[in-house]
Amino acid sequence: MTNTDAVVVDGLVVRRGRAEVLHGIDLHVPAGQVVGLLGPSGSGKTTLMRAIIGSQRTASGTIEVLGHPAGHRALRHQVGYMAQSAAIYDDLTVEQNLDYFRRVLGSPKSDVDRVVAEVGLGSSRGALAANLSGGQRSRVSLGIALLGSPKLLVLDEPTVGLDPLLRKELWELFARLAESGVTLLVSSHVMDEARRCDRLLLVREGRIIADDTPDGLLTATGTTDHDEAFLVLLERAAERASDGHAA
Amino acid sequence: MNPRLTFATAGRVLTQIRHDPRTIGLLLVVPALLIGLIAWIFDDTPVFASVGPAMLGLFPFIVMFLVTSITTLRERRSGTLERLLVMPLGKGDFIGGYALAFGLLAVLQALVASSYAVWVCGLEVEGGAWLLILVAAVNGLLGTMLGLLASAFARTEFQVVQFMPVFVAPQILLGGIFLPRDQMPEALEAISNWLPLSYSIDALNTVTTEADATGDVLADVAIVAAFALGALVLAALTLRRRTA
Repeated sequence: MTNTDAVVVDGLVVRRGRAEVLHGIDLHVPAGQVVGLLGPSGSGKTTLMRAIIGSQRTASGTIEVLGHPAGHRALRHQVGYMAQSAAIYDDLTVEQNLDYFRRVLGSPKSDVDRVVAEVGLGSSRGALAANLSGGQRSRVSLGIALLGSPKLLVLDEPTVGLDPLLRKELWELFARLAESGVTLLVSSHVMDEARRCDRLLLVREGRIIADDTPDGLLTATGTTDHDEAFLVLLERAAERASDGHAA
Repeated sequence: MNPRLTFATAGRVLTQIRHDPRTIGLLLVVPALLIGLIAWIFDDTPVFASVGPAMLGLFPFIVMFLVTSITTLRERRSGTLERLLVMPLGKGDFIGGYALAFGLLAVLQALVASSYAVWVCGLEVEGGAWLLILVAAVNGLLGTMLGLLASAFARTEFQVVQFMPVFVAPQILLGGIFLPRDQMPEALEAISNWLPLSYSIDALNTVTTEADATGDVLADVAIVAAFALGALVLAALTLRRRTA
């Protein structure tokens, strides 16, 4: 799978009610890479991710995931998804949460231990999810996405609310997973996480306005850090949009 | 449907409830206490003998409706349902898991409430206590299934609580508790023939007053169970892997 794309999106349009939220997105996510999906909140990152995992109704366009149309039955064992809000059971312990989803995936019992170690929840295994901090809850949610052996991980803001050390550890985990052949699509609005990705997709108002490597983006914008690079790109995109309206 | 996944889901739901002992207490004790209250109110009158059986159908139905609809609504809103539906979990496993878990609670509740009614409040049952418990349990199951279905049409907890009067009140009013169904205006009697609770109230009345009507009671129970199954199928249809 090293030379192919894990995700190919072609002309994706999503409407919510009468409003169009994604306006013809084309993108590809190369297999075995960590691809960052960045952009201001409300730009359509979550909608795009939900479309890729197959839980978003789409108006037109095609999405191919690991060689299948998005949402295909064969993908249910192969795609790990973590939503922005921690989708976990508050009235179960950390371990019970992980164990239930492990059973649904049909993966071995030892998976729970592996995942607990990966997301650093060893000390709160027996704690009720309702009593955890926000950062711990999102780590439980991330842990569920890591269960089984997903080939594609779609993670919506996995590091939000975490302390810098933990964030660093998680990004190292993402890099290790990518090395082992897993593809990761990770959204974030923290720009300093951009440099940890192999590729970056910048989304603004339902359109992809940049698709490049972190270094490529700096070169293209003549900037030295990604915060600046994104500001330049956002301004350019805003200018293009207003020119478009004027014309 | 896959039995392993259905049981895993039922086990998970029961574990969730186990972490909430107050809910278990309310589930098991409240119907019995209310029945006790009614028996006390109508002490020294023949009223309890006539409305008591219907109450045994009513309370499990209402309580299970509320508990199930709110629990599944929470599942829809928290994102856990979305998560499960992109995993290899069938819709039938999800609904089936809930039906099993809450069905078990409904049976326990029916046991407690019926035992209390018969052995503490002195409700006379001609047709056998086990039959009474069976009818009460099937009523709880019906509440569970309708609750599952109702949660699909509610966006908030407020709405789902409002659904209770919509789904439940007409069935109570037309079920024959206030006036036997054959004495109601014809149009209302016709409507009541299409409401599942009418059959459970009939069954409960039969089982308490007639000694050898087991066949009639089981026929009514079968109708209520068919309604419950229909609600279950409809509820499964409302689960969508893709949402707007």
